[in-house]
Amino acid sequence: MAASVRYDDVEVGTQLPSKSFPLQRVNLVMYAGASGDFNIIHWNERTATAVGLPNVIAHGMLTMASAGRVVTDWLGDPGALVDYGVRMTRPVVVPDDDRGAVVEVSGVVGAKLDDGLVRIDLTATSEGQTVLGKAQAVVRLA
Amino acid sequence: MALNPEFVGRTYAASAPYLVGREKIREFANSIGDRNPAFHDVEAARALGYSDVIAPPTFPVVISMTALATAMFDPELGLDYSRVVHGEQRFNYSRPVVAGDSLVCVPTIDGIRSAAGNDLITVRGEISTEAGEHVVTTYATIVSRGTAEEN
Repeated sequence: MAASVRYDDVEVGTQLPSKSFPLQRVNLVMYAGASGDFNIIHWNERTATAVGLPNVIAHGMLTMASAGRVVTDWLGDPGALVDYGVRMTRPVVVPDDDRGAVVEVSGVVGAKLDDGLVRIDLTATSEGQTVLGKAQAVVRLA
Repeated sequence: MALNPEFVGRTYAASAPYLVGREKIREFANSIGDRNPAFHDVEAARALGYSDVIAPPTFPVVISMTALATAMFDPELGLDYSRVVHGEQRFNYSRPVVAGDSLVCVPTIDGIRSAAGNDLITVRGEISTEAGEHVVTTYATIVSRGTAEEN
């Protein structure tokens, strides 16, 4: 149970590999089924627009899961994640077309803590706008 | 109607045990498009030191959902489901969830506050094995839009 990244090999400012996550309606349907979150605004455009949204939006937890992959893929062992939190500041709008939405995620070492712990600061955007706020993970490095 | 701050600290009964299945973990990982071998391949997970496949970091929301709903939609609290959105989420892990775990979640109302005309309620979920080993604590903050009283 250990990360493949060494504490001594990173410093504040070290960049994690960025990733792009395409999200189409089918991904929202799959997430609804697997998570049990069947809130209608995540699959029904008529309901989403009736409550004032521009269109169907992705589950905030799906955006959080996608952003977290930048950290767990870097770690090697996902179990080296100690703490992970986000604010859902803006919905990811997923139109019913061949492209859907794309969430772009980057991560950087924000602080080196004690006991081999490091804080990762994540940035997630869709259509050029930030969708998560205060997205931070604390990880235990080797 | 503003939420009653006297509910802060209230704890509810533990949820029924959730038995974490290997195929459920794979299904959840597939739904977020995550092919990390630790979530799919038993041998890969064992090579990392786990007894079976582990769950992606956000999977505990599935385990906590029933318990958190019990707290958030306590009729006495007065939260209106049609007005709520998920505002913040945090997980603090002792270890990852592993296939074969039988987990219970104890929900507690951790905080109630108002901001910009909205009510915000944070519910903490302590997830542990039936034997009492802590696995992960979840913090879900729900925003109830436009329900805070004007000052």
